[in-house]
Amino acid sequence: MRDIAIRVKGVNKSFKLPHEQHNSIKSLFVSVFRPGRTFEKQDVLKNVSLDVKQGEFFGIVGRNGSGKSTLLKLIAGIYSPDTGGIQVNGKLTPFIELGVGFNPELTGRENVFMNGALLGFDRKEMNAMYNDIVSFAELDRFMDQKLKNYSSGMQVRLAFSIAIRAKTDILILDEVLAVGDLDFQKKCYSYFFNLKKSGQTVVLVTHDMSVVRKFCNRSALISGGVIEKIGDPEEVAELYEEINLRVAEGRLANGESVKQFKQREGTKEAEIIKVETFDAETKHSQNTFSAKEKIGVRLTYKANKLIEKPSLSFILQDQEDRTVFATNNWIKKQPTKNINSGDTVIFETIIDNALTDGEYTVTSAIESTDFSVIYDRIEQHHKFMVGGHKLSHALSHPHHEMTIHYLKGGR
Amino acid sequence: MKHIFSKQNKALLSELVRTDFKLRYQGSVLGYTWSLLKPLLLFLTLYIIFVKFLKLGAGIPHFPIYLLLGIVLWTFFAEITSQGLSSIVGRGDLIRKIRIPRWMIVLSASISALINLGLNLLIVFIFMIANNVDLLITSVWLPLLLVQIYVLGLGVALILATAYVKYRDVSHIWEVVLQAGFYVTPILFPLTLITNVTYQKLLLLNPMAQTIQDARYALVTHETLTISSVFGSGYYRLIPVIMSVLILIVGVLYFKKQSKYFAENL
Repeated sequence: MRDIAIRVKGVNKSFKLPHEQHNSIKSLFVSVFRPGRTFEKQDVLKNVSLDVKQGEFFGIVGRNGSGKSTLLKLIAGIYSPDTGGIQVNGKLTPFIELGVGFNPELTGRENVFMNGALLGFDRKEMNAMYNDIVSFAELDRFMDQKLKNYSSGMQVRLAFSIAIRAKTDILILDEVLAVGDLDFQKKCYSYFFNLKKSGQTVVLVTHDMSVVRKFCNRSALISGGVIEKIGDPEEVAELYEEINLRVAEGRLANGESVKQFKQREGTKEAEIIKVETFDAETKHSQNTFSAKEKIGVRLTYKANKLIEKPSLSFILQDQEDRTVFATNNWIKKQPTKNINSGDTVIFETIIDNALTDGEYTVTSAIESTDFSVIYDRIEQHHKFMVGGHKLSHALSHPHHEMTIHYLKGGR
Repeated sequence: MKHIFSKQNKALLSELVRTDFKLRYQGSVLGYTWSLLKPLLLFLTLYIIFVKFLKLGAGIPHFPIYLLLGIVLWTFFAEITSQGLSSIVGRGDLIRKIRIPRWMIVLSASISALINLGLNLLIVFIFMIANNVDLLITSVWLPLLLVQIYVLGLGVALILATAYVKYRDVSHIWEVVLQAGFYVTPILFPLTLITNVTYQKLLLLNPMAQTIQDARYALVTHETLTISSVFGSGYYRLIPVIMSVLILIVGVLYFKKQSKYFAENL
């Protein structure tokens, strides 16, 4: 137990959500005579156990409503568990968000002292560190103004520079990086680096997998109130991204925008009857692809009359309508045969995934051999998603290998 | 107990009280003076109507002081309970996001009321000096009586604050109770006005009536009907004191049991 900072053991937490809220005594009395009033029991956390070791930078990730914030509030002692126990070794920061207790009607200075008191500092200690706080927040000129006249960025800066004064053994933070501009985020990052270097125990709830990868020693993925995975942050981040993709898969498969297309043209002598993407190994239809998966594109055509050696082609476009990939059967030296009226052709292509994260569309066509007649062409018909890249700001991310050579002396 | 008065808790408590005060008089020209002016103006009104026009309390020496002391003590009780009532709900932002001892919020509200009481008592003393009221030896009992009102007020505040989280009717009910209480308690009228001894006894079982009468007896004039003089030496006279302590115990227990769920019920 010595090296454990936080031990959560078999914690269950549920909230009762009454169907009619009894906010007044009258309705309470009324319902006494009407037994069986209904409420929904919502299990937010189910048998959750985890240990955070001393000096660990521990990440808790999960989708919205997965119960991660509830877990954080339980650890922070704001909620109490229905069953199970939470043991904390050492002093915990009492708040989980920045700027809690800020009062818009008080001046910046007064709020600093109030917030400091919430962190456990008395006035003498606050006087000693007041100037540091103000200059770190870069708000010297504004301290005697009421907080309601601050911009949201200024409020966050002030809150952050107070919060980092906290001298506690365990720091608990919920989504701090969601707010603030780039400069402020840089400050946060360098603060995190310092925390990690100094061996401070930190529990951080976040959506941002790059933060998890960069800072966390260990992390836990919560999904639907249970711990799905706990351990290596890299694996947890991957699983989280996979779950996100799965959810997106459901959304795309449920027909959202699949039936829509931007434009359709052609003589209809042959028709595109199906556009889909599929998993290269299983051949099953799939709309989301991780970085490691190849992308399969399957086009199904039907001829309404005899079609002689048609050209089959498609392009992939990103969200900004840039064409990121184009191909047809001729450039791959795949000549087509004549197709009889009423017959079907299935055209499958498997592509190395060099795309970065994002949504893509398929535009497909069937044309005459020399591309002079368009039989059918559907623009931006099918949507699919790519996710799970560690870098996603570039347009593409093809497979690549690196070597670094070290040479003695100059050349 | 050591934990309750730790350095951190003291710092937080003083900061809570400070902001409470600042916010209450935010934007008003007279600011803190209002805490003094309010009971003084009430006193002035009641004095003119009941003492000057209706000639109440003619047989009681220093009746204006007698009246003022009653009003000040009642104001204290009304403040501690009604500020306590809304304290938890009013500080919901803190409770939902920070782990601080919940009782501290009710306590800070009660301390604001205590500070007001101190200022108001100062005025009472000034009036006493101006009115040439003899300093009675029984005055030493006053702090004990104030403690009793505080115990009672804090107990009621804890119960109300807890109930208010779930039932928002409580604030309206309490408003009515306070208003009725002001007239049921012998603040305006001398208790001697009621000639039926049984009624006198019944009225004095109310801890606020008992403490106000005792305080008047101790501080202003011995010509005050107190619970001891009505009940004689029977143990009945202890009922209001026991009641006050019991209310505090119930309040603490109820608050303690429910405070775990404040964050999710708010």
